[in-house]
Amino acid sequence: MTASQLFLQQLSNGLTLGSIYALIALGYTMIYGVIQLINFAHGEVFIVGAYAALCVMSMTSLQAVMPWWLLLGLAIVVAMFVSALLGWVMERLAYRPLRTAPRLNALITAIGMSFFLQNALMLIFGATDRSFPNWVPAVRWDIGGVTLTLMHIIIWVSSALMMLGLHFLVMKTQLGMAMRATSQDQKACYLLGIPVNRIISMTFMIGAVFASVGGVLFGLNYGTINFHDGYMMGLKAFTAAVLGGIGNLPGAMIGGLVLGILESMGAGYLSSQWKNVFAFVILVIILIFKPRGLLGERVAERA
Amino acid sequence: MTKGTVTFFAISVAVPLVANAYQLDVLTSVLIYAMLALGLNLIVGLAGLLHLGYAAFFAIGAYTYALLNIHWGWSFWVGWAPAVLIAALGSGLVGASALRVRGDYLAIVTLGFGEIIRLIFNNLDQWTGGPNGLLGIAHPTLWLPQGMYDFSVKSLPYYYLSLVLLGGVWLFCHRLSHSRLGRAWMAMRDDELAAACMGIPVLKMKLLVQICGGAVAGLAGAFFAAKQGTVTPDSFDFIQSVMVLSMVVLGGMGSMRGAILGAMLLGVLPEMLRGADQYRMLVFGLSMIVMMRLRPQGLLGRSHKESQLAAH
Repeated sequence: MTASQLFLQQLSNGLTLGSIYALIALGYTMIYGVIQLINFAHGEVFIVGAYAALCVMSMTSLQAVMPWWLLLGLAIVVAMFVSALLGWVMERLAYRPLRTAPRLNALITAIGMSFFLQNALMLIFGATDRSFPNWVPAVRWDIGGVTLTLMHIIIWVSSALMMLGLHFLVMKTQLGMAMRATSQDQKACYLLGIPVNRIISMTFMIGAVFASVGGVLFGLNYGTINFHDGYMMGLKAFTAAVLGGIGNLPGAMIGGLVLGILESMGAGYLSSQWKNVFAFVILVIILIFKPRGLLGERVAERA
Repeated sequence: MTKGTVTFFAISVAVPLVANAYQLDVLTSVLIYAMLALGLNLIVGLAGLLHLGYAAFFAIGAYTYALLNIHWGWSFWVGWAPAVLIAALGSGLVGASALRVRGDYLAIVTLGFGEIIRLIFNNLDQWTGGPNGLLGIAHPTLWLPQGMYDFSVKSLPYYYLSLVLLGGVWLFCHRLSHSRLGRAWMAMRDDELAAACMGIPVLKMKLLVQICGGAVAGLAGAFFAAKQGTVTPDSFDFIQSVMVLSMVVLGGMGSMRGAILGAMLLGVLPEMLRGADQYRMLVFGLSMIVMMRLRPQGLLGRSHKESQLAAH
């Protein structure tokens, strides 16, 4: 493998990983944008989506009556639904009562939620890796020594489409306008008759849907899922959101891709043992030196 | 020293009369947690800086003492001092680099540093033994008139030693929180801008509180290494940081008695739930959520309103 082939190969791996980071990061950034909460449990929402899809995909009775692509589609829909429900319940029961409380309390609640969900998943599905059915045909193209798989292309295309869809939703629909308004001034929104609580619930649910799609793609691509993948992926996706500028949607997408690429390059050229250290070093450096991120307009203020 | 504190230590001294070796071991680990909770309480409770990487300084203390003991044969009686110093230094460096970062962002920066420090211990195989950790740390010994007394793997001496250390940490934290520094930290926690306007050097105070908190964690770490005889990086992961944080939160942020109560509850509870061990973290998570909802000030903490009333 020549130097440029290695580079391109790592670039394609990085784009794949980065697309999944971006899908999760969107949820972090949307929720932060609307209620200034770091939803620590968002990584768990991601992995719950993956587990929900796994449950559907391993039902043999369905496997008998459906072709794989239809069942996969059904699994994604169920995953979206389960995650959205989880996002809604989480906001309703844990975060909403604390909306006027000090921010520290909400953050501690979010950490508690993350622990609770992680351990609930461990109790339900066991602590070992669960293998995720790899149904996408292993088609691969060899372009100038760089291998592209169908899976990678599916991940790129589907996450790009979802992000376009989100952009449309936020910029062109009434719901999106209400979301943007809520993130600017909640009190004024109440006065204007915007159902703020419903908008916040919707934000959690949309974020959860994106995370769950990320979860299914993650499972399909890497072949195994584990209950603590959510924590690591969540933290990396949060890093991506901060990198792009938290509260900023295009920022989350770009941050996800940049982090994914940096991480694969680091793993490819330096050492994979230090891969997680890179991600955390990037996180710390960005937060200290450029807390607004690459594209952020929002200033990190308030304690 | 209030009546309650004296009673607590008196009961603790008498406990070995009725407890067996296993129970003493559990209590010793509770006392280690109590030290950590008191130390973290300075940072989170008094100064209001949410810290999510506290276990890293516990790790620095443990590894410092372990390395000094293994390579140069330093005994615990002198080895704890450099462990405290280096942990305080580490905490100060983390604090210094994150001085301008506030609130949630500070929480995440400290989490990041915590993970970085743990991963460094995990990855520097040639120094720290990597994931297998460091083995063969000598147990403390005492010179007595009858001869050398070896702590070896007995429970009783560690229990009393940890009680003495906890007493020291208690005094340290108690004196600090009732000093000019403590009042400055609380003022900064309640309103940073107002505190700065009253002439409190906010940045310096933030740095100092992290140095003090780190020092306590270093002491606890050195004792932990001496008692265990081994240190491995997975004793210092994020879960450990969150565990100590939940002790502080459960007991009531800013309350020293609360921190000890939290350490006792969360330290003993899992042992009582033995067999149901896998539910432990589930219960932790749930209790954090419920606590924030029902009694955000913790079991022994004062609510914002109460402390305002008390001030008048």
